[in-house]
Parts: sequence; C-alpha cells; structure tokens
Amino acid sequence: MSKYKVNLKINNIPISVDEGTTILQAAKMLNFNIPTLCNHPDLCVAGNCRVCVVEQKGSRTLPAACAVPVSEGMEIQTNSMQVRAARKHIIELLLSEHNSDCTKCYKNGNCELQDLANEYRTSNNLFIDLMKSTKMDISSPSIVKDDTKCIRCQRCVRTCAELQNVNALAVVNKGHLMKISTFLNKPLNEVVCTNCGQCVNRCPTGALVEKNYIDEVWSAIYNPEKFVVVQTAPAVRAALGENLGFDIGTRVTGKMVSALKRMGFDKVLDTDFTADLTIMEEGTELLTRLKKALVDGEKVALPMMTSCSPGWIKFQEHLFPELLENLSTCKSPQQMFGALAKTYYAEKINKNPQEMVVVSVMPCTAKKFECDRPEMRSSGYKDVDYVLTTRELGMMIKQAGIDFTKLEEEKYDSVLGESTGAAVIFGATGGVMEAAIRTAYEIVTGREIPFVNLNVTPVRGMEGIKAASVKIKDVKPEWAFLEGVELNVAIAHGLVNAKQLMTQVKEGKANYHFIEVMACPGGCLGGGGQPIPTNMEIRKKRAEAIYQEDENMYLRKSHENPEVNDIYKEFLGEPLGHKSHDLLHTHYKARKRY
Amino acid sequence: MEKKLLKKVDLIFEKCNCLNIIDKVLQRSGDDIILDIIDSGLKGRGGAGFPTGLKWKFAKNEEADQKYIVCNADEGEPGTFKDREILDRVPEKIFAGMAVCAKAIEATKGYIYLRGEYNFLLPALNEKLTVFNQAMKDRKFEFSIEMRSGSGAYVCGEETALLESMEGKRGEPRNKPPFPVAQGYLGKPTSINNVETLVFALAIMNIGPEKFKEFGTMDSRGSKVFSISGDTPKGGIYELELGMTIEDFVNEFGDGDTKAIQVGGASGFCVPRKHFKDTIIGFEGIPTGGSMMLFNSSRSMYNVLQDYLEFFEEESCGQCTPCRVGCQQLLKGILAVKRGEKPPAYLEELKKLSQTMKIASKCGLGQSVANPFNSIVNNFREEIIY
Ligand SMILES: Cc1cc2nc3c(=O)[nH]c(=O)nc-3n(C[C@H](O)[C@H](O)[C@H](O)COP(=O)(O)O)c2cc1C
Ligand code: SF4
Repeated sequence: MSKYKVNLKINNIPISVDEGTTILQAAKMLNFNIPTLCNHPDLCVAGNCRVCVVEQKGSRTLPAACAVPVSEGMEIQTNSMQVRAARKHIIELLLSEHNSDCTKCYKNGNCELQDLANEYRTSNNLFIDLMKSTKMDISSPSIVKDDTKCIRCQRCVRTCAELQNVNALAVVNKGHLMKISTFLNKPLNEVVCTNCGQCVNRCPTGALVEKNYIDEVWSAIYNPEKFVVVQTAPAVRAALGENLGFDIGTRVTGKMVSALKRMGFDKVLDTDFTADLTIMEEGTELLTRLKKALVDGEKVALPMMTSCSPGWIKFQEHLFPELLENLSTCKSPQQMFGALAKTYYAEKINKNPQEMVVVSVMPCTAKKFECDRPEMRSSGYKDVDYVLTTRELGMMIKQAGIDFTKLEEEKYDSVLGESTGAAVIFGATGGVMEAAIRTAYEIVTGREIPFVNLNVTPVRGMEGIKAASVKIKDVKPEWAFLEGVELNVAIAHGLVNAKQLMTQVKEGKANYHFIEVMACPGGCLGGGGQPIPTNMEIRKKRAEAIYQEDENMYLRKSHENPEVNDIYKEFLGEPLGHKSHDLLHTHYKARKRY
Repeated sequence: MEKKLLKKVDLIFEKCNCLNIIDKVLQRSGDDIILDIIDSGLKGRGGAGFPTGLKWKFAKNEEADQKYIVCNADEGEPGTFKDREILDRVPEKIFAGMAVCAKAIEATKGYIYLRGEYNFLLPALNEKLTVFNQAMKDRKFEFSIEMRSGSGAYVCGEETALLESMEGKRGEPRNKPPFPVAQGYLGKPTSINNVETLVFALAIMNIGPEKFKEFGTMDSRGSKVFSISGDTPKGGIYELELGMTIEDFVNEFGDGDTKAIQVGGASGFCVPRKHFKDTIIGFEGIPTGGSMMLFNSSRSMYNVLQDYLEFFEEESCGQCTPCRVGCQQLLKGILAVKRGEKPPAYLEELKKLSQTMKIASKCGLGQSVANPFNSIVNNFREEIIY
C-alpha cells in the first residue's frame, strides 16, 4: 500500500485514507455500505452495473464508487436524492430485462438483484418489459445457464478468465443483443467449460446455477426398494453451517451427520475414508514412478500430478493433453467411494448393488460431471448416482424441517466411515500434498515427518503457486534408492495458476516430482458448490476450520486408518494391486481446445 | 455574446510543405510547442472539445519509457464524413500533425485507427506512410506511424474503447480515471486526437497561434470542417469559421424550408427554427464534431428520433445498465406513446430516465443520448405523440 494519504469527505464526514483506495472502500470504512452488483472482491473492477454511483461535488456525472479512486478534497454523497433516483432507475432497468419470476427461481432468497429491488422498493412496471424468451442451456450435468436471469454484470466472464483462465464464457454482440455466451454459442457441455462452478458461485442472480438433483435424491430416499448411502466430502463440513445459521468457519461435522440420518439416508459414510485410501494408492504410485525413474532408468511421466479435482482433470484434457500421462491414475475419492460402495460394501452389508443408491455431498459442481463419466462404472453400475452440492444439502435440510443449530452431534456409520486428519485437509489447497508427505515420508524412513505437530506449513496458505522440498534421509533398506533425494513438490489452486505451472512443466522449466492441483481458488473449501458468497476472507476462515478439524482428530496419517488397513487385508490386497487397478484407477482422454 | 458572420476558411485542405514545418518544429522544445497550442485555444475536433494543448501537456508530464500518439479516424458519428475527406485529400498533413504531437509529448510511435468502412483508403495511406516514415528516419527523428483498422462498432470511436480494440480486445470503454494520457495504449501514456485536430495543430505550427486566433470567438478559436447533409441543395464538406449563428448557417445552406437542424450528429442537439437566431455554433453555444443535418417541413421528427434511438440501441457496447437498457426503454417508450399504449405523460418518465443515463452511464455514448432525446421531445412534442 502506498504511504500517501488522501483527505476527503463522505456524507460530510471527513476521512483520510491511503492513495488508491476506491470511494466504495473509503465509504465502507465509515460504515456506509454502497450497493454493488458487478463488483466482487475476487475479481478486477468492472464498473458496468452502475448501481454504486455516488454524487461527487463539482462533477457533472455520477462516478461509480467501485471504480473511482479517492482524490484530495473530494466530497461524496452516497445517498442523495439524485443518487437514489439514479440507482432506482438502474435497478428498474435491470428488472425490466430480467425474468422476475422470483418465487419460482432456484436463487429465490439468495439473489443480489432481489435484495436490491427490495431495498429500493421498486415500483410496479415503471418500464416496458424487455425480457427475451431464450431457452435455458441445460446441456451440462453441472451447470444450468438461464439468460433470462442474466444482468450482464460479467462476473462470470471475469471469473472464467481471471481466476480460471478457461474463457468458456465471454461477451458476444453489442447493444440490446449483448449477452454472455460460449464459443459459437455452443451448449456448455460441448465447450471447454471445466464445470468448476466458480461462475455459479459468483453469479449474483439465478442466471448460472448448479443443476440440482434434490428431487431425485428425495425420491430415492423415499423409495422403499432402495438402500441409499451418502458420502460427504472433507470441505463440506467446514462450510455447510454458513447456509444454516452458523458463523463462517464453524465446523459442523457431527450435526451434518445427524441431519443426514434424520433425512432418511440408510447409511451416512465419509468420503474422507477414500481420501485416506487415495493417499495409499497415489503415494504408492508416486514411489513406483520414482523407482522406475531412478533405479530402472525407465521413462516415466514426472512430475506426477494429483487427480482428485474433476474440474482440473477436464481442464488438463482440453488444454494440456500432452501431459495426461503425468496425471495420477487414481480416481478421485468420490469415485473410489462409489466403486467400493457397490462392491466391497454391498457384499459386507449383504445388499444387491442394483438396489443401492450412492449420493455424494460435495463442495463441487464438477463432481456432477465426474460421476457421469463413462469410465466411472467399475462396479458394473453407475458408481455414484447423484451429487449434491453443499448448497443443495443446506436446502434439503431446511426442506426436511430440521432445526440444524440445535442438533446433537452424531458419528459416521462404519465401515467406510472412519478417517484421519490427513483426509480432512484434502479440503484445503496443499492438503493432498501434506497428507501424501505425512505418509510417504514415514513409509520410506520409518519416522514421522520432521514438522512440528505434523503440520507441513510450507504447503499451506493461499498463495497461488507454492513450492517446497523435503530432504529424504536415513531411509529403510528397501527404499535405498531414495537416500538423499530432495523431493520437490508444487501446489497450484485456481486454474489460472495451474495453467502457469503447466506451462512451466511443458517447457521443461519445472523440476518437480509431485504436483497437487485443485481447480478452485483455495482448494475444495472454495469450491463452486460451496455457500455463496465466497471470497478470500471466507476461504481463509474455512481453511482454519479444516486445519482445526485435523488437529482435533486422534489419527492424522492416512496409513493409520484402521478401516483402510482392513480393506487391503480383506478385499483389495495391496495398493496398485489387481483389484485396485479395476476399481480405484482410471484413464483420461484428450478433448478439443474450445 | 461574441458572434461571427459565416465565413469560409481554408486551413485544412490548403496545400503546404509539411516536411518544412516538421523541420522547424524539430528545432523547438516540447514545452514550447505545447505553449503555442495552448495559446491558440485549439479544442478537440472529435466531439468532446477538450483543449488539445492541455491534453498534450498531461501526456508530456507523464514519466514513461514509451508513449504513443493515436489518431482517431474512426469517424462513426452519423452525419459526419469530414475526416474521410481529410484522409483522402491531405493525409500528409495528418502524419505531420502526429509528428508535431510526437515531438511535443515525446512519443516515438503513432497509430491511425481507421474506420473499417474506410479500408478502401488503406493502400494509398500505406504508400504515403512509407515515404513519411522514411522521411522521419532521414531526419534522425525517432517516430513512425502505422495503420490500424476498426471493425465497425460506433463505440470504438470512444477513446478508451478504441484502445481496447487496438489491443485486440472487445471494444468496451474503460473506467476513467486513469485517462489515456496517463495509461493508454498498452498501459502507456497516449494522446488520442481526432484527424482534424491534428491537422489544425500542424496549421498552428505553420501560421502561429496569433493568426489562428483571428478566426472564431473567445471560446471557440479557429475554424471547423463541417459535414453538411439532409435537406440542403449544397450538402458536402465546408470549412467555416466558428461562432456563426444557426440562422446564418441555414440562410446559406438551407432549402428555404428548414424546420430543424441536428447539430453534432445523432449524439448532438436538435435546434428548432425558433432558436436559429439565438444559437451559436461553437463551444459557447452548441458544439459539434462537424455534423450538421438539416430537416425541412416534410420530415417527421418522430422518425428522426426513432432512427437515432435505433442507432444507439444497437451501437451501445452493452456493458453498462443505464445505456444498454435505457436506450431500449427510450425507443420502446416513444413507440408505446405513439401507439397510445402509454399516456403522453410517459414522456416525462422517459426524460427523467434520459437524465439518469446522462449522469450514470459509463461513457460518452450513454451520456449523450439525452441530447437528441430531450431536444427533440421538448421541441417537437406533438410530433412524438400524434
Ligand atoms: C461513442 C463515442 C464515439 C466517438 N467517436 C469518435 C470518432 O469517431 N472520432 C473522434 O475523433 N472522436 C470520437 N469520439 C471522441 C473521442 O472519445 C475523443 O474524445 C476524441 O477522439 C479526442 O480527440 P480530440 O480531442 O482531438 O477531439 C467519440 C466519443 C464517443 C463517446
Ligand atoms: S455508456 Fe453505453 S457505450 Fe458507454 S460503456 Fe455504457 S453501455 Fe457501453
């Protein structure tokens, strides 16, 4: 921040702020909120919705508070008659283009335009209805795009470009025909969209929402012939509370389990179990690749890259098909769970997998796409039937009339319910890496990692690309080839960072052994299916919650998960074994670049 | 108010030895050149009328490793065609004007952003530019000019949209500040000037600011090239001294039955016959980028307004709410009033809306729709309603 101070007055109150501060930020410091729509703290300034206009003494026009920096001697009114009249007009104009069928809208009650319309008491039909009837794009299994609800704030466009560098969404046409579209106006499932849902998370209205499977899941629950099991992803427990009356950063694991049981799921299980399993499989895969490279002199694809994030996988398939070999062949924890649920678990509880319905609760919209992939049917059935986002679960808990805040905490069912702290941290960027290091180091050396309290702090935090190295010393005899090796790792979150890292890898400028990538900023805790709003401050609080959850666990290393050890003994044999190969691993395919 | 009689002038198209002028200018300091331009009172001829000397001074005062001069030859305002004539007849004077600016603000690279529809001029311009660029090299003056083509959007004449377009992006106006003189093309200080402005800058270097100031009034120095069209027996391009009344102008160019004149194109003002006498053409009266459209009594002002609004509805870039939706509402609104679907009083609501567009739109396009709207609705209300 610059040292220069600027003096100005807002609503006649003097204030001195750093040079470069916007009027919007300065007003906030004086506890004046100026309404905004196109503004989002994660994105660059657009200044196009114009609802944040304010009056500036001496200016012919009303500057947009989000876009204009303060200047010396400025006098601003944030709520004058002129400002109110203009703002009201602007809101009325947006409503005149908008499909204002609020009661039928999925975003009813969580819509920024609706809030503003309420606040400004817009009159009935001041302007002529301009709503164009356009067909919804329901082609994607993850995202529904409804242009009749779009206010052209371009938050989605900026998200897709700035945070993800995917550019699946862009502005086309001008004037009254201007809209947000895809390459050649193709349906979302035919373009480069990774289904990450970051746009959905930032859409102020109902123009971009997740495809919801709420009714399907209720039907399954109430179908007496179905045995419905649910798995919950690590990051959900650190955010679900936001939708149900808790402060940001509250861990609600036990209450969530209790709510799921009350909703009528037959078994409430944990994706964290398969997160631990992923570490066993992926860790072994990494060590095998390293052995091939270092001992056998074989040509293997290194750095190896994680494969838990389906948005990231699709991104790689579109944009870096030449690096698909580098992706770990491990399925994501969600899909490992599905495959085991309808085989190992079905056998254990004596159910016909055909009668089973596997539901996942995920912080993610891309998981909806993932469970539809043709590769994800290793059990002979669709391994995971339905994916709900954190938001959908929140909605269903409300629909069921459950008073979430007052619920007693309950425990996951067993088996497929036990997990360690290493699995929980999958929800934060760097978490998979940390979990992998905790286990791999111990396997190779027989000792715990040399980090205080097992916290591998160099891989934590919100920096876009993180790099770290771990020196491996005094190894067990069978790992002699790793003696003295400096294991170099890198972590990227948000696809814009992934792209940067992949470009380095492609150009041979990245000397890493192992790379973790998560499609969403902050990792899964900032996933597209998480409660809205999400921003840096919120992501940090969710991350704190996740690391607290880890520290509170009795077991914190994946290889110590007793259920994981059991499943290898009883069913899988060994990591990368024959059964693992059939059920827990997958392959990828190159896709077009647009 | 200071007035001038209608007088034809020839500063723009008059032949002169451009290289001689450049040689003289190259001997001078940037500050010295800028002082002359400020002294001359020259204001931008692209429509906004910003004092050219001041713009150059801002650009000069910026510290940067690279600065640019961009000539705005997008000429998109309906009814304007004077820049085309200048580009066609005296392109060397434009290049030379850019060289003057380059010397003044210390720019080394110039671009001419040419309206897409004028691409037929490209071969000739490029040929002459090769000669010009060589001439600059011969003089060891580090400056060269390159052509850039627009793609047909009116809004790309707006200076920041023009920059976006030049950078290969969608032509959407930027937030200001920062202004182009501070952060323009590729984020570097850039002076953007209209074709005609640059030729006048050259003329001032040639004849001196005193001579230039002999033309025009206190607030509107010099002359201006007008594009005259509509109901006139002698439409075309004329360079006239600034400061004349519309009455004088109509006496010269009207067909004897002029009921209104649209000054400044679609985004300008409509002046009805009753105000011809007391309206001056210039920055103290009605400023204009040069478009003068005459309408006689056979014309429906409703149709004129509808045409303009259709133009804006289509040519708004669409990014900001007041302009994108406002234009549609104004257009649909007058249609509804005409058809009796809305009461005449609805025009008052629309006028209030146009006021919001004027103060809350992001760029000059949305901000100026109120000009034709109010001036036509106020002066020809019955034609709009009945
Ligand atoms: C919608 C819009 C269109 C414009 N089109 C042009 C144009 O075609 N040519 C032009 O010189 N200026 C145009 N302008 C004005 C420019 O933004 C800018 O003010 C001008 O190029 C500056 O040059 P000047 O100071 O020499 O007039 C336009 C402005 C707006 C808002
Ligand atoms: S005023 Fe119109 S043209 Fe200008 S930025 Fe807004 S929408 Fe675009």
